[in-house]
Amino acid sequence: MKRAYKLLTFQAAALVGAGLMMATVSEMTKAAPPAATVEIGNFTFKNPTLTVKPGTTVTWTNGDDIPHTVVAKDLHTFRSKVLDTGDKFSFTFAKAGSFGYFCSLHPHMTGVIIVKA
Amino acid sequence: MDDSLSDNDRRDFLRCMAWAGTGALFAFSGGLGKSTGLDSALAAPLRPAATAPFTFVQLSDSHIGFNKPPNADARATFREAIAKVKALPQQPDFIIHTGDVSQLSRDDEFDDAQQMLKDTGLPVFWVPGEHDMLDPEGGKAFLSRFGKGSKGAGWYSFDHRGVHFIALVNVADLKPGGMGNLGAEQLKWLKADLAGRTSSTPIVVFAHIPLWTVYAEWGWGTDDAAEALKLLARFGSVTVLNGHIHQITQKVEGRIAFHTARSTAFPQPAPGTAPSPGPLKVPPEQLHSMLGITDALFVRGHDRIALIDSTLAV
Repeated sequence: MKRAYKLLTFQAAALVGAGLMMATVSEMTKAAPPAATVEIGNFTFKNPTLTVKPGTTVTWTNGDDIPHTVVAKDLHTFRSKVLDTGDKFSFTFAKAGSFGYFCSLHPHMTGVIIVKA
Repeated sequence: MDDSLSDNDRRDFLRCMAWAGTGALFAFSGGLGKSTGLDSALAAPLRPAATAPFTFVQLSDSHIGFNKPPNADARATFREAIAKVKALPQQPDFIIHTGDVSQLSRDDEFDDAQQMLKDTGLPVFWVPGEHDMLDPEGGKAFLSRFGKGSKGAGWYSFDHRGVHFIALVNVADLKPGGMGNLGAEQLKWLKADLAGRTSSTPIVVFAHIPLWTVYAEWGWGTDDAAEALKLLARFGSVTVLNGHIHQITQKVEGRIAFHTARSTAFPQPAPGTAPSPGPLKVPPEQLHSMLGITDALFVRGHDRIALIDSTLAV
C-alpha cells in the first residue's frame, strides 16, 4: 500500500511536472516577443521602411566598416551609442505609431519603423 | 603660371600650387599666397619673396584607431605624414587638422594623434569631424582636448600675418535626411566675426565636411553653407579647405576657391563610382599612392591657382 502510494505520488509528480513544462512551453510561445531586424550596409538601412506589431523588438546590426548610429528623429525616443562593425542595437516598440530615425553621423541615412496592431 | 602675376589686382589673391595626400603646404608672401606640395617643397626650397613668406600644412582624416582594409594601422600612416612635414626644409608656421582625427572618439585615439603631432613642435589648429563626436556626450572629449577658447561646438578664428583663418564646425547637431550643418548660432557668430574686416583681407576657412555639395547622395556637402558663403562673398580672396571625402576635389565660385584634402588613413571612392562611400579596399602596395599626389590648377576669377600634391609613396 505504502509502495503503491509512493508510485502514485511519483506518477502524480511526473504528471504535474509534465503539465508545468507544457504550461511553460505554451507560456513561452505565447510570450515570445515578436522580433525584427534591420541590417545596416553600404551606408543604408537595408529595409528602410519596416512595419511591425506593437511589442516588437527591432535589432539593428552594422555591417559596414564605418561606424553608424540609430537615432530617433525626435532625438530621444531611442538613441544608440556608436555602433562599430558588427555591433547591434535593439529597441522595443510598445505603442503604435510611425517612428522615423536616422544615422546621426551620416544623416542622409534614414528609415522608419511603422508600428500597428 | 607667371602670367597670372601680371595683373595689379592680385595683391590679395591666394594662389595654391600644391595639394598633398599627406598634406598641402601653403605659402603666403605679402598679400600673395601660393602653395606647393610636400614633395616638391622637399626637393626645392620655396622661392624667396619680397616680404617674409609663411607656410602652413593641412592634414586631414587621420582616423587614428582605424585598422581595417585597406589600412591595418592608421597610426603608422599618420606618423609617415608627420615625418614628411618634419622633413620640410622650410618649417610651416602651423598645422591645421580638418577633422576625423579619431575613428571612434576614444581618448587613446585623440591622445595618440596629439602626441604624434606634438613631435613637430608646431602649433596645431583643429576642427572636429563626425568621427570625433562619438563620445557619449557628443563631442565633449574632442572639445575639452582640442577646443580651448573655441565657441559653441568648437568654432573659432585667428589672424596670422595678415590672413584671417576661420575654423567652422559642420558635424554637430546633424538633421535627419540632411548633410553637414553649421546652424544658426554659428552663422550669427561668423557674421559678427567678419563684420569689421576689410574686403581685402585674405580669408582661409577650414571645416571637415565640404562647404559645397560634392555629392548629395552620399551626404557630401553642407546644407546651410550658402549662408556662410554669402557672408564671405565680398572678400577678394577666400580659400575653403575641407576633408571628409578622402580625395582631392576643387571648385571655384566667384572669388572663393574650394579644396578638399586626402586622408592620411584610407581613400574613398569617387562620387557615384561605388554603391556607397567608405574605405576603398585597394591592394596594400597601392595604399600609399592612393593617399597620393594630385596636381591641379585652380581658377579664381581671372586668377589661377595651381596645385601640386604629394603622397606617402616615396
